[in-house]
Amino acid sequence: MAENLIDAHNLSRSFGGRAAVRNLDLTLERGEILGFLGLNGAGKSTTLRMLAGTLAPSAGRITIAGIDLLNAPKSAKRKLGYLPEQPPLHPELTVSEYLRFCAEIHGVPRPRIRHAVQAAQEKTGLTGVERRLIRNLSKGYQQRVGIAQAILHDPEVLLLDEPTVGLDPAQIQDIRTLIRSLGEAHSVIFSSHLLAEVQSLATRVIIIHEGQLAWSRPLTALPSDRPAASYRTGLRKAPSPERMVAQTGAREITPLEGGWFRIAPPQDAAGDFPERFLEQAVREGWAPFGLVAEETSLETIFLELTRGVTPNAMESTP
Amino acid sequence: MIRALAKRELRSLFASPLAWVVLAVVTLILGWIFLLQVDLFLRIMPRLALYRHGAGVTALVVMPLFHSAIVILLLVIPLLTMRLVSEERRQKTLELLYAAPLSTLDLVCGKYLGILAFLGTLLFLIFLMPLSLELGTHLDWGLVAAGLLGLFLVMAAFAAAGLYLSSLTEQPIVAAISTFGLLLFLWIIAWAAKGHGPGSHILRYASLLDHFSAFGRGEIRVSDIAYYLIFTLVFLVMTGRRFDADHLEH
Repeated sequence: MAENLIDAHNLSRSFGGRAAVRNLDLTLERGEILGFLGLNGAGKSTTLRMLAGTLAPSAGRITIAGIDLLNAPKSAKRKLGYLPEQPPLHPELTVSEYLRFCAEIHGVPRPRIRHAVQAAQEKTGLTGVERRLIRNLSKGYQQRVGIAQAILHDPEVLLLDEPTVGLDPAQIQDIRTLIRSLGEAHSVIFSSHLLAEVQSLATRVIIIHEGQLAWSRPLTALPSDRPAASYRTGLRKAPSPERMVAQTGAREITPLEGGWFRIAPPQDAAGDFPERFLEQAVREGWAPFGLVAEETSLETIFLELTRGVTPNAMESTP
Repeated sequence: MIRALAKRELRSLFASPLAWVVLAVVTLILGWIFLLQVDLFLRIMPRLALYRHGAGVTALVVMPLFHSAIVILLLVIPLLTMRLVSEERRQKTLELLYAAPLSTLDLVCGKYLGILAFLGTLLFLIFLMPLSLELGTHLDWGLVAAGLLGLFLVMAAFAAAGLYLSSLTEQPIVAAISTFGLLLFLWIIAWAAKGHGPGSHILRYASLLDHFSAFGRGEIRVSDIAYYLIFTLVFLVMTGRRFDADHLEH
């Protein structure tokens, strides 16, 4: 168990009688980037706040790198870097003043502070704005300051709560690149309600719904696991949709513009449905020129889970 | 770590115009009162010379100045302490402190020492006025020291109450008004004790004002020092309890 940087057992938290998180088990292994997916209000922030030690759980136990967070909060918190949903910035300070302060309260030894601040600014792309007041920075830069604050003391675990929310597409790309590079030196948990984000960043995904763990699995296991909900395919010499349905066993095929068709795979389709479809298209001489998954498999799982439908693949792999 | 917190607090205070305005206004008003007292003293000086054991310049100029200072501090300290915690609550920066490896004691001490350092500056500015008299006359330094000690203890007590009330709310103005209300109430509570009814000595003991008057006469009494220290400590402990409660409930 020593390999796990975070071990949370049976976490529960209620606010005024309403359970926000119920009996949640969660682990984070060294080197993982864990995507924490859920609808708004599913309990993502509550869970992260409990892991960061800013909110005491109603029940349950958390250990950070083998240290009990509730019994020895000071030494456990040294291993953590946390970016809350709203970055905790002091607008009246300059970037480097603020980061200096954060380094001091995180117990970075005095001679190393200068270097730590410099390194964090470089990693997060803040060089050039370090003497500006945080108040005057754009939202994207403020988010970077928030992340810089979390990595200053070189923690083993990073907890990022919705790190890309409220940013424009270019800023989102930047922050994602940043998180990916942080994942090389730290283990990361980040929460999001965006599927694409989790899919592009995480090595493992956890879906939480109504405060309970709904799904947990490495992302690499996904593609062969289940087919997408629908595909778009381009066929130059397509027969009538009815004939194609009869021959391929698809649930439904609707023609779109320019030789494209939308294909819904049958309910019980295996993960290799797209390959088999293409093979058949080639054999039949339909001249396929493209195939795109429209709804990703994670999206399907997510939507099924959050709509209250229980898919078969509920049990998590160890 | 406590030092880092206190330093940040001081820095944020000076980054806003509030701190500067407070320093300027307090110095201006007290400077005016000081000049009036000096003027009064100069006018009555010839008559004072007739008495062998008459009151000196320290008792007639410096002590009234310190008394006026307390009234002004009563108005001003709530404005200085109002943002200590409430602003952080509003900006959600408390999360940063809670996620850092800091104990509740570190937190309370850091915040408190930050504001105390500012009040120390204010006290120093006030002290410069009587010090300027030393150019032309001799002061009774024992009396001045007693007055300064009393003034410092009063400031410390005011600030502790302000810190606690600031930790309760998200709105600085609510913190300011409740601090002002509390301090004023504890100020005037002794008014009810003018007579000799039952319990009047309890009311008098509870009053913030009564404990200062002994310092103004140059008396340093353990009971007065204990009163201010206990008052301060009680509010600091309650502030710590409020911080702890943030983890537990919402």
